[in-house]
Amino acid sequence: MAESATYLYAITRDTGGGTTPELTGVAGTDVRVVTQAGLRAYVSTVPLEQFDEDALRRNLEDLAWLEVTARAHHEVVEAVARTAPTAPVRLVTVYRGDDHVRHMLGERAGEFEGVLDGITGRAEWGVKLYAASGRPDDQNGGNDTDQPGGTAGAGTERRGAGTAYLQRRRSSLRGREDARRRALARAEQIDATLGGIAVASRRHPPQDPQLSGRSEWMVLNGAYLVDEDRGEEFAAAVESLRTPDVDLHVTGPWAPYSFAILETP
Amino acid sequence: MTSPAQQPTGGISRSPGGQSLGGGSANLGDILERVLDKGVVVAGDIRVNLLDIELLTIKLRLLIVSVETAKELGIDWWERDPWLNGDQERLEAENRRLRERVAALEQGDGHRAVEEGRHG
Repeated sequence: MAESATYLYAITRDTGGGTTPELTGVAGTDVRVVTQAGLRAYVSTVPLEQFDEDALRRNLEDLAWLEVTARAHHEVVEAVARTAPTAPVRLVTVYRGDDHVRHMLGERAGEFEGVLDGITGRAEWGVKLYAASGRPDDQNGGNDTDQPGGTAGAGTERRGAGTAYLQRRRSSLRGREDARRRALARAEQIDATLGGIAVASRRHPPQDPQLSGRSEWMVLNGAYLVDEDRGEEFAAAVESLRTPDVDLHVTGPWAPYSFAILETP
Repeated sequence: MTSPAQQPTGGISRSPGGQSLGGGSANLGDILERVLDKGVVVAGDIRVNLLDIELLTIKLRLLIVSVETAKELGIDWWERDPWLNGDQERLEAENRRLRERVAALEQGDGHRAVEEGRHG
């Protein structure tokens, strides 16, 4: 049994010319190129002791290993994407040898051509919208009437403090509901505006604060595939959509991760 | 490994609010979201179903699987979360239940007299 395997990062067209950038991939391995059917696969030779089924199942549980590997994979993809239209491949796609990669490229060349046609001359931008209030667990957001000891309106005394509290509570919930609805409406508006400039757009599930590292509520987690010559327009549109009550966060340009999709694995 | 002289996808300027990517400075969450859940999926020879991986927490796992995949697995908390899906009726019903609960607790006897009295 072979002790090493071929790890696949990304696929581009094989234009024949150009030099292969010197890159270091996962597990500190050297990135090289395998070509077939007019396509170029960026790969590296990885030790099976880290990348066979058992090892991967174990290693992917290890957040430190996952982070180092994900960053290494990502950096190869981004570096390749700076040189040519690139279809990023999902993390830990591993073959038993270069021949297997060539075979796969040959079999699926048409599909990859289609993917590459769709992303050539375009880049992916990520746009996240954070709302300061209106989150489910946001106790005071959106309305200030829910303060303990806040003044109740006249006439509430005879109905008791409990009722007054409930009224404040209801008013607060209504305020939060309004804030939530406003935030979602803003997200729709921003997504529609940016989607109008982009060639394609996708909305990913909002990230949890644990992953985003932000305590605010993520209302929009959008990805936009934008023609390179409309990048300025896209950036200007993002700027024009900024308002004090929401926080728009832009990342990119990314290799077109969200738009490189094959119909079947 | 990343040559600073190379300009990524020339023509697109970085937004002032944006992060520079590709140089190792990108947010780990954004990277994981993309490399684990996006990009071309082709069947390799080493089969590891990313969904079988527990990762560190169930939360992290929920965040990186695609919506479609998660639905297949019956994971749809963001759809059931009224704050995310705009399901106002559910929200109002939940608010009502919460108010009733608060009233009952404040009365200390478990009755729902306050809420029932108001609406009755």
